[in-house]
Amino acid sequence: MEDAHEVNEGPASATDYIVHHLTNLDTEHALHTGLANPFWNLHWDSIFFAVTLGIIFVGTFYLAARKATSGVPGAWQNFVELIVEFVDTQVKDSFHGSSKVIAPLALTIFCWIFLMNFMDLVPVDLLPALGLLVGIEYMKVVPTTDLNIAFGMSITVFLLMIFYSIKIKGVGGFAKELFLHPFGKWMMPFNFLLKLVEELAKPVSLALRLFGNLYAGELIFILIALFTLSAGAHSLGENLTSVGTITAFIIQVILGLAWAIFHILIITLQAFIFMMLTIVYLSMAHEEH
Amino acid sequence: MSINVTLFAQMLVFGLLVWFTMTFVWPLIRGAMEEREKTIADGLAAAEKGQGDLKQAGVEAGKIIEEARDQARAVLSKANARANDIVEEARSEGEVEKRKRLDSAQSELEVEINRARDELRQQVATIAIVGAEKILLREIDEVAHRAFLDQLAADL
Repeated sequence: MEDAHEVNEGPASATDYIVHHLTNLDTEHALHTGLANPFWNLHWDSIFFAVTLGIIFVGTFYLAARKATSGVPGAWQNFVELIVEFVDTQVKDSFHGSSKVIAPLALTIFCWIFLMNFMDLVPVDLLPALGLLVGIEYMKVVPTTDLNIAFGMSITVFLLMIFYSIKIKGVGGFAKELFLHPFGKWMMPFNFLLKLVEELAKPVSLALRLFGNLYAGELIFILIALFTLSAGAHSLGENLTSVGTITAFIIQVILGLAWAIFHILIITLQAFIFMMLTIVYLSMAHEEH
Repeated sequence: MSINVTLFAQMLVFGLLVWFTMTFVWPLIRGAMEEREKTIADGLAAAEKGQGDLKQAGVEAGKIIEEARDQARAVLSKANARANDIVEEARSEGEVEKRKRLDSAQSELEVEINRARDELRQQVATIAIVGAEKILLREIDEVAHRAFLDQLAADL
């Protein structure tokens, strides 16, 4: 009876562990009450980390900008200039119009998404465990594993695309682009349908690419963390330094290390791709067809 | 995993961050960078110009030195010629002087010789007279033979 209970506990606790890690601290979980309209069920953890990282980004960059000198730059200014130069090069390479918004937008996207992705490299249990200490039961620390965050950014970019399309080409030009390409005026509905899919695919792919990569990455970190957890759960009554636990621990360390190192590439790459595609999409919005 | 108000909150935050970056971060950093780029470009241009100037100055200096050397050469040859002239002049002047001195010495000598001769003649005459006087003192009257003896001295 007791044995059966423990065996059941193992997988069940692993599932609980994963589900727990993938649950946002939304209003319902925070207040332990249902909401009449699930729309208002704000993900407090996602917004908290997004805002905090955003403030860290603009704060530290503002520090460099406020004291920016054209003489010999300090270490931090030098680093900031390195990133600004990098972003500026990308913008100048891909975007040929003149816009005061696109370069700072690209900089914000790159740095902010990088920082949000970087939360993935913080040990999966560290912040949630600290949260538990102060009574916060659920916490997802990587904002970009939240669809709301990813779509929030891609939809903003999408709105900018529409804004610039209309601003540059006028309402008529934009409408012409929507209805008369690629098959001429006799195929108007079909053209529009095609264009609609084409345009909607942009924000959707932008958001889902970022979300998918980070969500999967986070999930794998969680699964790697399960190694010692499940081994520990099985041998809970036994000596914790049993051979099985030690082996599981070593495997977890190696896998975690390997995945984290690989993930350094992923988080940078995803931030870069999001930025790059934003520049390209906005540059397309600026171009006449 | 549901879409809800979080999305709009994120859009708002995103917009604010972009606005902040656009207003307070990007222009300052880019401004500083562009200013530095300009400073460096100016510095490089100035250095290049300086190098050109230096080369030009070198060429000019060479020209001036060459000119000075020519001038020095001319001055030197002129000076040499002048020195030769002076030496030549001095030599001829010396020659003239020498001749002059020689001539005057010669003439002085002649005068001196003549005078000495005259004196000697006088003295010889005097001695002769004295001698004669002594010889003739006893028998000849000095006054009577004086004219005769003077005639003799003048013929000597």
